[in-house]
Amino acid sequence: MTELTSSTIAELRDGFRAGEFSAREIAEDFNAAIVAGRALNAWTVETPELALAAADVADAARGDDTLKPLSGIPLGIKDLFATEGVDSTAGSNILKGFKPPYESTVSSKLKDAGAGMLGKLNMDEFAMGSSNETSAYGPVISPWQRSDGGNAALTPGGSSGGSAAAVAAGMAPGVTGTDTGGSIRQPAAFVGICGIKPTYGRCSRWGIVAFASSLDQAGPMAKTVRDCAIMLEVMSGFDPRDATSLNVPVPKWEAGLSSDLKGKRVGIPTEYRIDGVPAEIDAMWEQGVEWLRDAGAEPVKISLPHTRHALPTYYIIAPAEASSNLARYDGVRYGLREMGVKSLDDMYAATRAAGFGAEVKRRIMIGTYVLSAGFYDAYFTKAQKVRSLIKRDFTEAFELCDCILTPTAPSAAFGIGEKMSDPLAMYLNDVFAVPASLAGLPAMSVPGGLDGQGLPLGLHLIGREMDEQGVLNAALAIEERAGFTARAERWW
Amino acid sequence: MSVDAEQVRHVAKLARIAMSDAEVEALVPEFNNILGWVEQLAAVDTEGVEPLTAVIDQKLRLRDDVVTDGNVREKVLANAPDAQHGFFAVPKVIE
Repeated sequence: MTELTSSTIAELRDGFRAGEFSAREIAEDFNAAIVAGRALNAWTVETPELALAAADVADAARGDDTLKPLSGIPLGIKDLFATEGVDSTAGSNILKGFKPPYESTVSSKLKDAGAGMLGKLNMDEFAMGSSNETSAYGPVISPWQRSDGGNAALTPGGSSGGSAAAVAAGMAPGVTGTDTGGSIRQPAAFVGICGIKPTYGRCSRWGIVAFASSLDQAGPMAKTVRDCAIMLEVMSGFDPRDATSLNVPVPKWEAGLSSDLKGKRVGIPTEYRIDGVPAEIDAMWEQGVEWLRDAGAEPVKISLPHTRHALPTYYIIAPAEASSNLARYDGVRYGLREMGVKSLDDMYAATRAAGFGAEVKRRIMIGTYVLSAGFYDAYFTKAQKVRSLIKRDFTEAFELCDCILTPTAPSAAFGIGEKMSDPLAMYLNDVFAVPASLAGLPAMSVPGGLDGQGLPLGLHLIGREMDEQGVLNAALAIEERAGFTARAERWW
Repeated sequence: MSVDAEQVRHVAKLARIAMSDAEVEALVPEFNNILGWVEQLAAVDTEGVEPLTAVIDQKLRLRDDVVTDGNVREKVLANAPDAQHGFFAVPKVIE
């Protein structure tokens, strides 16, 4: 038998049901892997007792035949999700010690489905970052290292960096992530796992610390496409407490998995071929096209003419929404309060100065500026108009194809510290991920292979609104052909 | 458009973030760098284009006008840095 910690969710679920091992054994093995993996700094809180408690319930349920979809499966939860009684800080000092008296909709759906919680996962502060380096808890270290014999610490990507590292290092079989402009897909690509951001509104945002509300979406990250389908089915669904939650049935994505793409057309957008992207990324993309062709799909050239405007549009809209959402951190109701000041106004300013990190301040400032009197139309309204054009590009493209294939990120994982001094260079990480976010479309990263330095590269599939199945199926076709079984060699 | 230290200081005040002069000075070039980059949008032809308001088309729901929460004062105050007599306490506002 393979180690439980290197098994997929589907294998754990089925093996547990067949009586090959107990839920308690699963939880104990992952709890131990988390302790052994502390050098990676992937977790902000460890909750082994919660994982064990859920496991005991699952073991009892197996005895009396009351199993639920995720009985026996322990999961990691990104620190952006409010978890009742367990510190939920969004990777920020300003929320240090915050213990929510309630549970987010998504995490409570997972728990109601029988899953246990292994702990909370490190992330970029308020999900603002692409390398996990903006976290108040310090960066997560990727389990992957370059094959050049050096041992340079690499980033697992971000903002769901702890989530990515936890799965890649065998510390959790599956985790939640959130994606505002690539925060599930880029880290999934960097560590060689799968991650899907569903259609905007599929997963409730209730109880997820808000960054940019018109973009934020939760989604699963796991080793395989099937595991993502299993988790997403549980995480999705209408929630009256989220004003933009979609009131539509949740399809049976796992049962609908099929890698037969006969009759499907895959769009290859010309504008995603950009200068400065390593040849290996382009080669991986070409390979992806061939894999989909082999699965029966017909590749077609498409054009998304406003692609190059997506990043600047995003970097107006997301900071604007963030500056509004983060106004609530004022030192009054929860989290940090900076004392030693005379007035209420000074307390707000001192609290926010002490509690927010540099990147969060930068984005609040940009957002405040683009929303301020005299600049609102020139920046914010303009960006919302360009966003309409970006959305229209996709609508027109989907008249010619059923899904779109691109690279996930313009590079493999980079070293910690390499891009922190240049915000714009960091923002460029999400050049391929952001357009789908702006258009609210389902999109997924699936591992394609390794680059010359032995680091994972991801392929990115974008689907029509509500067509998660199409995205999952195309990803499955790639997964079956890529045969990606490489795992980070254990050094920690 | 480019901003100077005075404008950055004003934005920091609007955003309620205390900043030292050194922090303001450091932010000026970063700010201008980012603004200069996003200003490329000015060149996009958006004549007759409506700003996007809902990324997935749907009607905003209305719910029944009834109380759906409340009576959770202890929970609401549980995380407050300073809660007194069932209220959030803040520094004195009126002299």
